[in-house]
Amino acid sequence: MLSIKNLHANVEDKNILKGLNLEVKPGEVHAIMGPNGSGKSTFGYVLSGREGYEVTEGEVKFDGQNILEMEADERAREGLFLAFQYPVEIPGVSNMEFLKASIDTTREYQGKEPYDAVTFMKLAREKCQQVNLDQNFLKRGVNEGFSGGEKKRNEIMQMIMLEPKLCILDETDSGLDIDALQVVADGVNACRDDNRAFIVVTHYQRLLDYIVPDYVHVLSDGKIVKSGGKELALELEEKGYSWIDKL
Amino acid sequence: MSEVIDQYVKTEYEAGFVTDIESETLPPGLNEDVIRFISAKKNEPEWLLEWRLKAFENFKQMQEPEWAHLNYPKIDLNEVSYYSAPKSIEDRPKSLDEVDPELIETYNKLGIPLHEQEVLAGVAVDVVFDSVSVATTFKEKLAEAGVIFCPISEAVHKYPELIKKYIGSVVPQKDNYFAALNSAVFSDGSFVYIPKGVRCPMELSTYFRINEAKTGQFERTLIVADEGSHVSYLEGCTAPMRDENQLHAAVVELVALDDAEIKYSTVQNWYPGDENGNGGIYNFVTKRGICHKNAKISWTQVETGSAITWKYPSVVLRGENSVGEFYSVALTRNYQQADTGTKMIHLGKNSKSTIISKGISAGKSQNAYRGLVRMSPRADGARNYTQCDSLLIGDRCGAHTFPYIESKHPNAIVEHEATTSKVSDDQLFLCQQRGIDAEKAVSMIVNGFCKEVFKELPMEFAVEAGKLLEVSLEGSVG
Repeated sequence: MLSIKNLHANVEDKNILKGLNLEVKPGEVHAIMGPNGSGKSTFGYVLSGREGYEVTEGEVKFDGQNILEMEADERAREGLFLAFQYPVEIPGVSNMEFLKASIDTTREYQGKEPYDAVTFMKLAREKCQQVNLDQNFLKRGVNEGFSGGEKKRNEIMQMIMLEPKLCILDETDSGLDIDALQVVADGVNACRDDNRAFIVVTHYQRLLDYIVPDYVHVLSDGKIVKSGGKELALELEEKGYSWIDKL
Repeated sequence: MSEVIDQYVKTEYEAGFVTDIESETLPPGLNEDVIRFISAKKNEPEWLLEWRLKAFENFKQMQEPEWAHLNYPKIDLNEVSYYSAPKSIEDRPKSLDEVDPELIETYNKLGIPLHEQEVLAGVAVDVVFDSVSVATTFKEKLAEAGVIFCPISEAVHKYPELIKKYIGSVVPQKDNYFAALNSAVFSDGSFVYIPKGVRCPMELSTYFRINEAKTGQFERTLIVADEGSHVSYLEGCTAPMRDENQLHAAVVELVALDDAEIKYSTVQNWYPGDENGNGGIYNFVTKRGICHKNAKISWTQVETGSAITWKYPSVVLRGENSVGEFYSVALTRNYQQADTGTKMIHLGKNSKSTIISKGISAGKSQNAYRGLVRMSPRADGARNYTQCDSLLIGDRCGAHTFPYIESKHPNAIVEHEATTSKVSDDQLFLCQQRGIDAEKAVSMIVNGFCKEVFKELPMEFAVEAGKLLEVSLEGSVG
């Protein structure tokens, strides 16, 4: 589903990704771990096409298509979802309005029938419940005055509604207490199926107790330096990131 | 709204109240003869001519104000023609094919029906677009309630006592340069009178008088709400309007007597000039209302047009417990410049005012909020709350805030909050990552920014205003 070959990318002329390779198949969950500054967040932004993140070398194929040619919004409509580490507020734009615009344009692009208003509302309420968000959140401004945990749950709620093919979770565990982490993880786990893949970017092993990965990759200085099964995360936790440098 | 218009168009012409004016245009220039000519053309009574001439005497002593944050070449008032009969059919475009395609595209985006497009673009339409039949039912309904709603030129003859009593009572002739000019040469406008205790049965809109709407560049409107009455008045229209006259200097006066309420909503979308800043309307407007005891005046404006906007709809809170409100969205792009805001003059005890101003600047435009809150020594217990937010799109535009606060009463409470923000890359990217393209995203963010003002607009106006912002913002990303 996702094939990354020798990916190099710059941010403000600084070389951050330096030859990253990764293959992700449908149904798989890949964890990307790494110390601060290793390029974890950059990786998510480069894949999702954020402006200012310039690919200088390599290729990224998503479902066989070269997505590096696409704008960020087109990649999103193709089914690539990024759950943000720090979701921003959009004052005055209600969650409902935002979600509707997002779902409508995505479904239209994918050639799916649009939801009618009733179905949409019902679904939105249902999914709110699933991630333990009060329905009133739908009426509030996007992330406006939300707590850190509420913002993250809102991201997961959007993910569930959009039914993406590939979900990238960027440090979704940061700033979450154990209860909120459980809710977020439950949301993610409920979405896992044979057709959908996840890339879980995280600094700590903790999240992977809740979202159990098939593969763990260690990112260091813009490259994947070690790959393994879920036990690699535990080993990393035990030995610390300095262990990587000695490899 | 468009349904009503369709109805107009389908209805056969019966007997228009538009009188046939001989095609005449005065040569450019401003002098006493010009004023006498205008007055004579309108067959005005002697007192009004005297009034105009007095205004002209005052005007001659005045200077064009230069304090606004606006930069434009001075207007030579001797190059302006102060009376021009409507263009004859022959001079107008024969069909929409002869109209600037860009304008047509905008109309289409706004979803304006063809017939309306023709009227707005000044096409010589076969169907005489007259409001007679609809207007008749309309007028009957208003007459039943005792409401007067007619051109001010007509009111001068029919209701001279009311006009004499109130014209210039809110905006004195000497108020400012442009108000003095308007008083001397005003073309036409609307007059509204709501009798005691009457709630006007419908929203009054200049839109319904579209064929009278070519009132020229010096429009004058007077609305009097008698004790305990209520009226909501809509001015303008979301469709961009072309006008050959570059200078517009309107005066609007509102009088809300004891316990009365006036809600005045404006959508201003005059031609803003092209993307290089050529052409466009200079809009110098004086709008003010007087609020008597327990009365309320609420101004809501959406300003997206004109090359230059100079406009400060104000409220004089004369009576006890009177309430003044100002809700404004001003959007500038390309080379547009706006200096707009309000004045809340608190004279009465416990008078209250609210100011919510949202300025959006894009392109190379300059957008200034200028507001005065004055608490007089008599204004015991008066309160004001001001919120003034600016949003910048891109890095070549400017947002400015000039709040003036004068408090002469120790009990008066004045609050002022202001923010300036940019449509951030983070916000844009969040939208895009959810599949929403950049243009739609900006429009959504800006509409969210303006929500507090839009909710003050009458429902159907609010929807149109949102759409208008969307169209106006096109191409402002990147």
